[in-house]
Amino acid sequence: MPKDGGIGASTKRREDVRFLTGQGNYTDDINIAGQAYVHFLRSDMAHGRINAIDTAAAAAMPGVVRIFTGADFEGIGGLPCGWQVTDRFGEPMQEPAHPVLAQGKVRHVGDPIAAVVAETPEQARDAAEAIVVDITELPAVVDMRAALAEGATKVHDDLKSNLCYDWGFVEDNREAVDAAIKGAHHVTTLELVNNRLVANPMEPRVAVGDYNRATDEHTLYTTSQNPHVIRLLMGAFVLGIPEHKLRVVAPDVGGGFGSKIFHYAEEAFCTFAAKACNRPVKWTASRSEAFITDAHGRDHVTKIELALDEEGNFLALRTETLANMGAYLSTFAPSVPTWLHGTLMAGNYKTPLIYVNVKAVFTNTVPVDAYRGAGRPEATYQLERVIDKAARELGMDPIALRRKNFVTEFPYATPVAVEYDTGDYVATMDKLEEIADIAGFADRWEKSQDDGKLRGLGVNCYIEACGIAPSNLVGQLGARAGLYDAATVRVNATGSISVMVGAHSHGQGHETSFPQVVAEMIGIDPSQVEIVHGDSSKIPFGMGTYGSRSIAVCGSAMVRATEKIINKAKKIAAHLMEASEADIELKDGQFTVAGTDKSVAWGDVTLAAYVPHNYPLEEIEPGLEETAFYDPANFTYPAGAYACEVEVDPETGKVTICSFAAADDFGNIINPMIVDGQVHGGIGQGIGQALLENAVYDENGQLLSGSYMDYAMPRADDVPFYVVDHSCQTPCTHNPLGVKGCGEAGAIGSPPAVVNAVIDALQRAGKDVSHIDMPLTPARVWAAMNG
Amino acid sequence: MYSFDIERPTTIADAVAALGSDEAQALGGGQTLIPTLKQRLAAPAKLVSLSGIAEMQGVCVADDGALCIGGATPHAVVAREAAAAYPALAALAGQIGDPAVRNRGTIGGSLANNDPAACYPAAVLASGATIVTNARSIAADDYFDGMFGTALEEGEIIVEVRFPVPEAASYQKFLQPASRFALTGAFVAKFADGVRVAITGAGEEGVFRWSEAETALSHEFRPDALMDLSVSADGMIEDLHGSKAYRAHLVKVMTARAVAAAAG
Ligand SMILES: Cc1cc2nc3c(=O)[nH]c(=O)nc-3n(C[C@H](O)[C@H](O)[C@H](O)COP(=O)(O)OP(=O)(O)OC[C@H]3O[C@@H](n4cnc5c(N)ncnc54)[C@H](O)[C@@H]3O)c2cc1C
Repeated sequence: MPKDGGIGASTKRREDVRFLTGQGNYTDDINIAGQAYVHFLRSDMAHGRINAIDTAAAAAMPGVVRIFTGADFEGIGGLPCGWQVTDRFGEPMQEPAHPVLAQGKVRHVGDPIAAVVAETPEQARDAAEAIVVDITELPAVVDMRAALAEGATKVHDDLKSNLCYDWGFVEDNREAVDAAIKGAHHVTTLELVNNRLVANPMEPRVAVGDYNRATDEHTLYTTSQNPHVIRLLMGAFVLGIPEHKLRVVAPDVGGGFGSKIFHYAEEAFCTFAAKACNRPVKWTASRSEAFITDAHGRDHVTKIELALDEEGNFLALRTETLANMGAYLSTFAPSVPTWLHGTLMAGNYKTPLIYVNVKAVFTNTVPVDAYRGAGRPEATYQLERVIDKAARELGMDPIALRRKNFVTEFPYATPVAVEYDTGDYVATMDKLEEIADIAGFADRWEKSQDDGKLRGLGVNCYIEACGIAPSNLVGQLGARAGLYDAATVRVNATGSISVMVGAHSHGQGHETSFPQVVAEMIGIDPSQVEIVHGDSSKIPFGMGTYGSRSIAVCGSAMVRATEKIINKAKKIAAHLMEASEADIELKDGQFTVAGTDKSVAWGDVTLAAYVPHNYPLEEIEPGLEETAFYDPANFTYPAGAYACEVEVDPETGKVTICSFAAADDFGNIINPMIVDGQVHGGIGQGIGQALLENAVYDENGQLLSGSYMDYAMPRADDVPFYVVDHSCQTPCTHNPLGVKGCGEAGAIGSPPAVVNAVIDALQRAGKDVSHIDMPLTPARVWAAMNG
Repeated sequence: MYSFDIERPTTIADAVAALGSDEAQALGGGQTLIPTLKQRLAAPAKLVSLSGIAEMQGVCVADDGALCIGGATPHAVVAREAAAAYPALAALAGQIGDPAVRNRGTIGGSLANNDPAACYPAAVLASGATIVTNARSIAADDYFDGMFGTALEEGEIIVEVRFPVPEAASYQKFLQPASRFALTGAFVAKFADGVRVAITGAGEEGVFRWSEAETALSHEFRPDALMDLSVSADGMIEDLHGSKAYRAHLVKVMTARAVAAAAG
């Protein structure tokens, strides 16, 4: 019955049947008759000047269709940046060109120099090896501080320096913050690194370009989180293809975590080459290629200072961050260390004065952009680490210090521009203390002690701004795109429903959770509702999935469209029952006339809409299909409290996570099982960042951790069984579902809990260690203990 | 991958003959060689698969009590079939990689490759095993020759490895977090005439015997016997996952743990 599968039901994910039985339709599964394959010749040096490229021998190799170099893209647009940041002096950021294929210079290992299109992937690769590139190696700019030094080698010769922008937020607060810190009773200072990460979705990127000479239509199949954004960026800015001649399809996508938001050179190349060669052109990344071409995440170096009074009240907060942009500006890169980071520095606390300074830096490394959480994990990590350190310096309990400073009244306007609509941080902390059995920690510590292990407890809070967000606001902040979303609800004649959504599911379970909402509203079985997503020719112009926005923004559009459907259906029902529209009620898929026993079923009404024999044609159109665009009034603000317990092996420094508890407030919840899964995955990635993952470059700009031999992904036995609770619910006040979004919370909230726990363990053992940079590998923890 | 021919001989003699041709290379389980080929770091003209040679498969106990493992025996088979005769060796095999790796990867391939972080070299060296090839028998002490180096001649095939079975033994592996090879692994084997200790993952020259520990443990087979020993950081590997000093420290910790487990 409807209620079983409606809002709040832990319905199993219907899409998993095809994923788990190998029947998914991923981009690499798409093969078009006559397709050729592309292999990119990529730079193996971090920085170099291209003197000449000789493709003659390669072009004569078997199977070669055509070889392209940067010269073929002269006069064609480069990859655009979708966000312009204005620096603290009112100047626009420095924005370098980003050619599809390198022109003049290579700027990171992996930068594409040439592309070979051939009959088979092997022939393309063979020919690529035969291309002779005359290149002069230049000094690599790797370290951010060195990049900003006077006289540093420039990544982009035509820019003034390697500084992309120097951003101050809120610039007007700067002096007040400095003064408050100067005069404070206590100031806790912490310098830390937020380690660079590689997203590593299970499915590497793939692009297939197709061109129809007869209709002049281009189609790009691609591993994207937002096909419409790619169509807009690639069509309008790179290749100049009008939207009505360009279709972008993102079919099943095997994970993205942010790295598949962005418009990549390979997408533009395959689309371009399909027309140039008059052949479908396919590119499938190898895992090695993914490491050196997918946008990386994080990579911030930060100094944070927290000023407190005698009682432990937060007075002021000041941060200075260097944020690595890599060699080019990836699509949304400039927004991550600024508007997605600075605005979150208040956290869950009523700190009255905050100033955030961020210098974004170009280096000869892979571009860095949004990765699960994007800016918010960086904000949360520094804030929750410095609070922990302050508690230790002041001899206060870290939970008590947090509670003392919680925001308790809503709405709350932070000093960093955003306004939290609702929340209850006391409730999530209470819940956390209960589910993590904080009171029982002392006993567990004793037990670990008996086993020769150092046990520690780490607790932290987080808040995130999700459901990104009002278009007029983000426009003021520099976004070059709107951030609404859209849904079309198409009711079929027999009552089943197709919902075309702008959101894209690449692991989030939309095909299950979205129908639950529509089914609940109408009172039909969710199996009658199907979600269509990922194909720009089928779905309305929505902005895709990232920033935990799908249900909050696109789900709201779907609700609005369904409301329109219900309103129209009521008119039809009123006509069929010869009653007044105002008296019509819809419940469990039946329209009734209030106070009577008259009713018509949902299917009767939908059939009438398409077979309008007995129908109010003079009043309303036949058919039952509605579209809504939804632009939210504010971000949503999920928040919560996390606790982690670890054991450190004093002999080896190895950290074992004993338990991890999460108390989240996501507002209303559509499918609790899917929400649990999202939190589990997020925490897993957060633990990966805290203990294992690290993208490390050497001084020549070579990626040392460029494969799974050296880049440590979390495995099942690296993570514990999680205790996850989302019973604290303060519904969002401004969207129709009261939802906040849950996709990134785990990755945002978990790294500080892990690090706080390790530091706690070491301090309880009498070690004078106040910080260790992530990842807390055995070697690093051992070195800190024995330093 | 570049293209290559493949042969699947069923006898050692045919395999040796096939390997006699130009640029031919033996293929064991392919767990190292295939990724190398995929990255185009090697370009053999012909691969000679050893997995169809019945005489190179399986685990048995010889008349002298030695445990004999066919050179093409996968790790999973060793983990299962050596468990009764030589539990420490079986446990080592059962900790290599993941199930897919253990079902394909072979003892001969591992020893021919002699990765400085591989597990089997520690067992072979600590056990004083004998590497039997198509041409000769090589004592463990004469076999390993620096990182990725061995006494094998071009085209020589490991057909069997013979392990004397110690009274007590244990392998303790500290995992490199990414690859889960040994960041440092210690194999301790106690025989009637003394103790042998082999360390993998730590040394720049690959697997090595820690002779001070052997002397101390031969005298007294207890973890405490190692207490006064120190391991020099000189000659240790330093990489993303650990400094020389850390590896030197782990040598002692893992050896002590192996002794504790073996003395159990
Ligand atoms: C994901 C992963 C994890 C791993 N983890 C571990 C680990 O934890 N510990 C560990 O020790 N190892 C580990 N390995 C290595 C694995 O155990 C294999 O043993 C190793 O890759 C080589 O064995 P192979 O049979 O696959 O040899 P192949 O890859 O087929 O060959 C390797 C080399 O040996 C030669 N060769 C093969 N067989 C013979 C023979 N009988 N005689 C002479 N030469 C021969 C080949 O010509 C080649 O040069 C791991 C591998 C992978 C892929």
